[in-house]
Amino acid sequence: MFRAGVKAELGDAVEVVGEADEASAAAELIAERLPDVVLLDVHLPGGGGLAVLRGVHPAHPEVQFLALSVSDAPEDVIQVIRAGARGYVTKTISGPELLQAVYRVAAGDAVFSPRLAGFVLDAFAQGGDPLPDRGLDPELDQLSPREREVLRLIARGYTYKEVARHLTISAKTVESHVSSVLRKLQLSTRHQLTRWATDRRLV
Amino acid sequence: MARAIGVDATWVRIGAVLLAIASGVMVLVYAVAWLLIPMEGVESSVYTRAVHDRQGIRVVAAVLVPTLVLVQLITSSLHVAFIGYLGWPTLLAVGVVVLIWRNADASERAFIDHDVVPMLGAQSGGRGRRWLMVRVGIGVVVGAAGIALLVAGHTTLAALRPVGGAVLVVGAAVIIFGPWWLSLVRDLIAERQARALAEERAQMAAHVHDSVLQTLALIQRSVDDPQHVVRLARAQERELRAWLFEGRPPGAIADDAATFAEGIGVLQRQVEADHHIAVQVVVVGDCGLDDATRALLDAAREATVNAAKWSGADQVSLYAEVEPDAARVYVRDRGLGFDPEAVPEGRQGIAQSIRARVTRVGGRAVIHSAPGEGAEVQLSVPRRAQLP
Repeated sequence: MFRAGVKAELGDAVEVVGEADEASAAAELIAERLPDVVLLDVHLPGGGGLAVLRGVHPAHPEVQFLALSVSDAPEDVIQVIRAGARGYVTKTISGPELLQAVYRVAAGDAVFSPRLAGFVLDAFAQGGDPLPDRGLDPELDQLSPREREVLRLIARGYTYKEVARHLTISAKTVESHVSSVLRKLQLSTRHQLTRWATDRRLV
Repeated sequence: MARAIGVDATWVRIGAVLLAIASGVMVLVYAVAWLLIPMEGVESSVYTRAVHDRQGIRVVAAVLVPTLVLVQLITSSLHVAFIGYLGWPTLLAVGVVVLIWRNADASERAFIDHDVVPMLGAQSGGRGRRWLMVRVGIGVVVGAAGIALLVAGHTTLAALRPVGGAVLVVGAAVIIFGPWWLSLVRDLIAERQARALAEERAQMAAHVHDSVLQTLALIQRSVDDPQHVVRLARAQERELRAWLFEGRPPGAIADDAATFAEGIGVLQRQVEADHHIAVQVVVVGDCGLDDATRALLDAAREATVNAAKWSGADQVSLYAEVEPDAARVYVRDRGLGFDPEAVPEGRQGIAQSIRARVTRVGGRAVIHSAPGEGAEVQLSVPRRAQLP
């Protein structure tokens, strides 16, 4: 029922090359048809979106995944991003915004909902750790001030264009900052992030 | 046996039990009957099979005879001959039981496995069996000693004998059957707990389903008022989310908050319920409630309600962050916007009120807006110390 709604929203702007309602069927179909973007429900029966990501992403990194969910729970979001999704939106998103998100993911950029930006800021909080992290890799384990700024603006509900205008940088720069944050989220072994994950029994 | 006599098995069993209580002989008779009369569907009886079990007899004899001899030697040398008298029948009984075990039919063995073995607390696996052996051994020794005390005629400790004997016999029973009984009790407790938990969960689920059904019915009836429908849907969505993903039981949504983040949540719920607007909330960090943060919450609420009433937008974004030195809230809408220079009566007054709330606790309020570009209210208050 939801899939029909999404298809209606997207209309003719995109070509739907396949759909599935179960994890293993989805993984097979994706490997076969190799679409540009996959709209992936986090709570897909048969192992969830995570199972599909783990099955397809390593073999076909060129297929981009946009995670979709009712959930909005931090566990779901972070898990799926760390498994290789390039963006996360909730199912209450409007049609035009969903289209935007699909285009952006197809172009290789990351899509951050305000809530996801909030989670990331939380997970990479500065000065919140009672024990100093040993061997913090500044590359991966900290957000640069600029990235933090961008994330804060996104969390406040700014679109990428508005962020660019506010910080007087180009939209491209905004996108590259967001992508770099995504990479950090995926690769960071930061104590906070892993402890956060183990607290919620993700690891 | 009952089939052989042609009477319902249960009746025979009951009769046997009654008779056994009256006289221990009946137990013996029952056992003998079990041995001699074949179970239904089996050709030969246990007895005939046991007697013909040459190999079994050989093994048992090989073990029993030396043991008996040894026991006799020891007891006679120690002048405790009465234990020797007990020893004979005990060891004979053990030998017979072994023979029976070897020759018991599959179903009979299953009976032994199912009912007798768990009763003695034997679990599968070597370790369990070893424990069983030890416990049975200890139990038997204690029990035998007790019986001996009860029965024997030693002159010393005459008064203590009966009591001591009884205690030892009871002790033997406890040692042998204790673990079984304990596990029974434990299982009972665990099951009761699990059931209580399941009931509670089912109750909550029923409540949730109820409220969802109600909301759906209301939505169908309010078809002519789309704003109302949206409001209903959002409220229900929130309640369901809270139950599913945060484990909060429905109906437990109190309106007093203990922390800043909870306060933001309350704000969101209340504004959405009272005004025709959706409030998107993002919170980073959390802290306790003090004067400053309470003032911040009030100012944020006013700003949000303001956006709901005047901006004409159907959504307002609220971003709250708590940093070590300050707590901040940004309230943003994409509505009509206004010119801060020009002074529309209603809004200017409210802007002053918002500003006053935060400046009173040492904070700041900045309002950005332009016609056609919505508005943003930036509020911040300082935090006193590193309160968790």
